[in-house]
Amino acid sequence: MFGILASIVDGVLVGAVYGLAAMGLTLIWGVMNVINLTHGAMIVAGMFGLFYLTTLGIPAYAALAPVLAGGFAIGIAVYWISVHRVIGRPPLMSLLSTFAMNMVLIGLGTAVWGTALFNVPVALPGITLRGYTFTGTHLMAAVLTASIAGALYLFLYRMRLGKAIRAVASNREAAELNGIPTTQVLALTFALGVALASISGALIATLFPFTVLSGTAYQLKSFVVTVLGGLGNPAGALLGGIALGLLEGLITPFMPVSWTTVIEFVVFVIVLIAFPRGLFAFVRHARTR
Amino acid sequence: MKKLQLLVVAFLCVFASAHVYAAEDTLTIGFTVSQTGPLNLDSIAQLHGFEMWRDDVNAAGGIKAGDKHYKVRFVTYDDQSQPGRVQQLYTRLIAEDKAQFLFSPYSSGLVATATVISEQYGKLMMSIGGAEPQTYRLGNKGLFQTYTPADHYLSGALELVKSKNPTAKIALVYSDDPFSKAVAIATREQSKQLGLSLVLDESYPPNQTDFSAIINKIVSSGADTLLGGGHYPDGATLARQLHDQKANLKWVTLLVAPDSPQFASLGAAAQGISVPSQWAPQVTYKPDFGPTPAEFTKRFQARFNIAPGYHAAGGYGGGLLFQRAIEQSGSIDPAKVAAELDKMNATTLWGATKFSTDPKSHGLQLAHQMVLTQWQMKNGQLVKEVIWPLAAATAPVAYPYH
Repeated sequence: MFGILASIVDGVLVGAVYGLAAMGLTLIWGVMNVINLTHGAMIVAGMFGLFYLTTLGIPAYAALAPVLAGGFAIGIAVYWISVHRVIGRPPLMSLLSTFAMNMVLIGLGTAVWGTALFNVPVALPGITLRGYTFTGTHLMAAVLTASIAGALYLFLYRMRLGKAIRAVASNREAAELNGIPTTQVLALTFALGVALASISGALIATLFPFTVLSGTAYQLKSFVVTVLGGLGNPAGALLGGIALGLLEGLITPFMPVSWTTVIEFVVFVIVLIAFPRGLFAFVRHARTR
Repeated sequence: MKKLQLLVVAFLCVFASAHVYAAEDTLTIGFTVSQTGPLNLDSIAQLHGFEMWRDDVNAAGGIKAGDKHYKVRFVTYDDQSQPGRVQQLYTRLIAEDKAQFLFSPYSSGLVATATVISEQYGKLMMSIGGAEPQTYRLGNKGLFQTYTPADHYLSGALELVKSKNPTAKIALVYSDDPFSKAVAIATREQSKQLGLSLVLDESYPPNQTDFSAIINKIVSSGADTLLGGGHYPDGATLARQLHDQKANLKWVTLLVAPDSPQFASLGAAAQGISVPSQWAPQVTYKPDFGPTPAEFTKRFQARFNIAPGYHAAGGYGGGLLFQRAIEQSGSIDPAKVAAELDKMNATTLWGATKFSTDPKSHGLQLAHQMVLTQWQMKNGQLVKEVIWPLAAATAPVAYPYH
């Protein structure tokens, strides 16, 4: 019995991190209707960022801030290179553009690092109950995720710039007419989305070893979570991630682990058909449409 | 004008003779390498083994076949770790690049795909890096396996566990790919024969990222021994999470991942974990031909700045076997070379090799043995020691592993 509870708690903890990973994707998708297929590569960039900063002697959790800043800067660059010209064009163009960028980045990454495994050793005392251990790193990652999600919410709903982002998401022309520099806001939003992806990658790197190709699995989960939470709904993404983690935690004690992916995607399809605006559409989101 | 014509003719003569000269003296071996994709690390290690063999052979004047000397020339492509690409590229290697012999790609899944093509065209292929045995039970004629088949991967670990803890409770947790599944099937059978109880028996998707729920399941099952894993990233993640979650096990043997020298980067999480290996640098085989394991290790380390693992040794060994068969048959005629390989019963740095000649399992490796190595602390550093079979051991078994 306790084993099932332990699995559920573990699932929620990891699910929070899935949610953080998805927040960046859903923000970009919801605000500018761009499906960012470099999302996985940005997660990996965060992982490598953390790895190299910790080899310089910076403690793992202190290195998260520079990773966030670095991710933001990279996001601005990626925006101007592959996204700016395809906004407002058919979605297939942004899909192809970001897909191509992703191939370039992963190809470069593989050329430099191969598929060698990298590990960031982070040790925090965990909680052990009745033989089941909840690692300190998982707990810390969940706490940090909640803080970042809270900060994002405050930014989008209480600060001028955040409100400007929501305005542009709602109606770009009207926002432009109101004096909001929409191009810069879009670039900022994209960079914010990428920064969120990279910091989620850094947090994931405190939990698991990674390779250049590790981003793909999280990108896939991010799509599922984005659908569960509703497009453009960062709070929904967090809740969706936790729901996904909860689902995984509930399934594993009762069924062979290989069924988890099957069930996840069945749920994905059901939500797409029955709840197109996401399970958590009742939570306020960046788009008011 | 006449001078120009003469020059052109002279140039053509030189070019033509050079071309003819080259064609007579080279042996083309074709294969694909996973330069990109998840199999990149192991495939490139295997490539380094091939390259070292080729360079050694060519430095000694080439392969002697009768009274001709053939320099070895490789034609390689990147298969991107994908079966679809393997299919296209091996067809190209045979039909366009006119490869006379083939090496396989790395990993059982890709070897199976390449075999379909090589058998279709009636070409000889030396399989290195393909342990899954089903591929060799399809009545192939030109395929030869250098690796120990997957059925025997965990045999040593089971014997060791039985000797240390006859009432061990085993959790078998493995990746859902052809190689790991083949190992799991054999392990189930062998544990039953040894009278060991299997309390958990599960597969996970090859791209599984988080093992915490699985580890909870292992704890719930009451297991004290864990056998399984798959390939590199999942094995390393599993090892790290086992350490973080303090799963209370007495013995852990994982496939493939702990064999890489990079596994040591996991630090304390790597200590005590054992891995069945096709080969280790410390083995003491006495070769009938070719360099000794120690010589090979020293030169490999000097050239590539990393200790060789079994992938590299397998590459070199595979090349040696081809070379020997050509030299013994005195020709590069595939039928004659195949006949020599069928007769071969030799030991190289790689170990003993003998190919099955039964038509139903032609080419299956019969003689090669696995060693079990364990990561142990020695003078403050993590090193891999051979712990099983006891006759080949370089250090005592550390049991419980942690």
